[in-house]
Amino acid sequence: MRVNDDKQKNDYSNVWVIAEVLSGKIQPVTHELAGTARMLADKRGSEVWIVLLGNNVSEQAGTLFAYGADKVLVADDGSMANFNDEIEARVLVRMIDKYKPEIVICGATTRGRALIPRVAVVTDSGLTADCTELDIDPENGDLLQTRPAFGGNIMATIRCSDHRPQMSTVRPRVMKAPDPDPGRTGEIITENVTVSDKIDIKRILEVFHSSEAAVNLADAQIIIAGGRAMKGPEGFDILRAFAARVGGAVGASRAAVDAGWIPYAHQVGQTGQTVQTKVYIACGISGQIQHLVGMQSCDLIIAIDKNPDTPMMQMADIAVTGDIFEIVPALTAAIPKL
Amino acid sequence: MKIVVCIKQVPATNDAKIDPETKRIIREGLKAILNPFDTYAVEEAVQLRERFGGEVIVLSMGPEKAALSIREAVSVGADRGVLLSDRAFGGSDTWATSYALANAIRKIGDVDLVICGKQAVDGDTAQVGPGIAAHLDWKQATYVMAVEDASDDSIVVKRMHEDGYDICELKLPAVVTVVKDINTPRIPTLRGRLASEKIEVPVWKPADIGADLSKIGLDGSPTRVVRTAPPPPRNTVTKKISGTSAECADALIKELRLRSIL
Repeated sequence: MRVNDDKQKNDYSNVWVIAEVLSGKIQPVTHELAGTARMLADKRGSEVWIVLLGNNVSEQAGTLFAYGADKVLVADDGSMANFNDEIEARVLVRMIDKYKPEIVICGATTRGRALIPRVAVVTDSGLTADCTELDIDPENGDLLQTRPAFGGNIMATIRCSDHRPQMSTVRPRVMKAPDPDPGRTGEIITENVTVSDKIDIKRILEVFHSSEAAVNLADAQIIIAGGRAMKGPEGFDILRAFAARVGGAVGASRAAVDAGWIPYAHQVGQTGQTVQTKVYIACGISGQIQHLVGMQSCDLIIAIDKNPDTPMMQMADIAVTGDIFEIVPALTAAIPKL
Repeated sequence: MKIVVCIKQVPATNDAKIDPETKRIIREGLKAILNPFDTYAVEEAVQLRERFGGEVIVLSMGPEKAALSIREAVSVGADRGVLLSDRAFGGSDTWATSYALANAIRKIGDVDLVICGKQAVDGDTAQVGPGIAAHLDWKQATYVMAVEDASDDSIVVKRMHEDGYDICELKLPAVVTVVKDINTPRIPTLRGRLASEKIEVPVWKPADIGADLSKIGLDGSPTRVVRTAPPPPRNTVTKKISGTSAECADALIKELRLRSIL
């Protein structure tokens, strides 16, 4: 909704987080965003509400207070067992019209990135993708949203001064989850899903969940990625072993994906995924620009390569010259089992 | 099936160099290319037309030179294109962009399916596809990795998720956004190239698509960039490790411990 002055802005209050639910479980990104929402709400003197949409999710609602929620808004319905953007968008739009949040934050996941743009258009709200920093003007509630633009070459700060609510998506692992406070309590509000929410929707015919299919590049703290130097599909086994030991994920360059050595879901770079992890270990990836734009915003970049002169070895924070097939297994062996 | 493919012209990063000081990509002076994800959207549309008949229309918004990207799409099989180009569209954010594109899709008329790339590589937002669906009040499927089946009134697609995939049927009209996995784009034929040179690309202005001027461009954009700054500096000095494999592994473990990562 367009707002013309501070008085109209004040009709909107509180900071909402849209819970990320995967295979029926609330995901850690929800807790991370709750922490950020708490910080914003405290500066503004308002409340944190978490919106929980799904099937059989009600019993998890109470777990969210420990992470800073004051209220949890639940819509629990069999129609949301699988991801049906149209239903979730309609329910969310109705909640927004009814309770008028000042800010809505959602995980920049495949689901969040499908759902929130739809809601932002219908509610006439401003939406900023992949924010890495959020702050608030305590006077008028304007959200200051900072995000990398142009492949991480510029940090742009974006403001949405004349629309409410203001919406942002944030990638998993970008914000830090607060330590849970089991003593906190709050209120659970239940909203219905109506018959009209469920008309004219898509029909989900088949669903395949698998922990093996779960690549979760976005959710990992450590990514170890391989390129053509892995020599074949088996080459990735040493990366998988390392990832399993540290609880990380395996990434790949386009060359390795195009060669059919590893599925596309692992591809990092311009036509794959852009990642912002704590640690990125590039194994035998020379560092074509298209790969670099997908990972240059990671906190710590480590490159391991025989050739010390590749672009990746030059841009890395730590460059290890040597044989991947010896160094990676030695690293794995040196890390105690979790 | 009448298919509209929404495309965007973006800066090419192929020839980009790394700034040795900041260790970031130098974007200045890059030439413009068709957004890589959009090449898969165009190919999928052309394949659907080959299987089910119909027409593929490419739609873009941008400066007049963006017509080149429309011609590129025609060279690989699209039938025709339309460009939205006017000062009034300038500065549009994803809300305003998806509003303008949705209006153009209505004006094209009788469209069954809109295909977009997952996201544009310059903005990286992935917001315009679902935004178009919302403005049109059509169904949507994002991160589509395969079109399993299609008919006159429905399409069956496979969607990629973090924890697997699903297959869903959408009654048309609908909007889908596609990932790279979906196909291998073809190379233009000589005939395609000739067609792309001959074709006229009409340029539509806000009035042509019945756009409300308060909903396009900077005025129609809820979000505004208020400040830009260089990103937090990377460590400009690379720590170099070499030696035997065991020494390398030890040194690396030490570095990780030093940074409290292990």
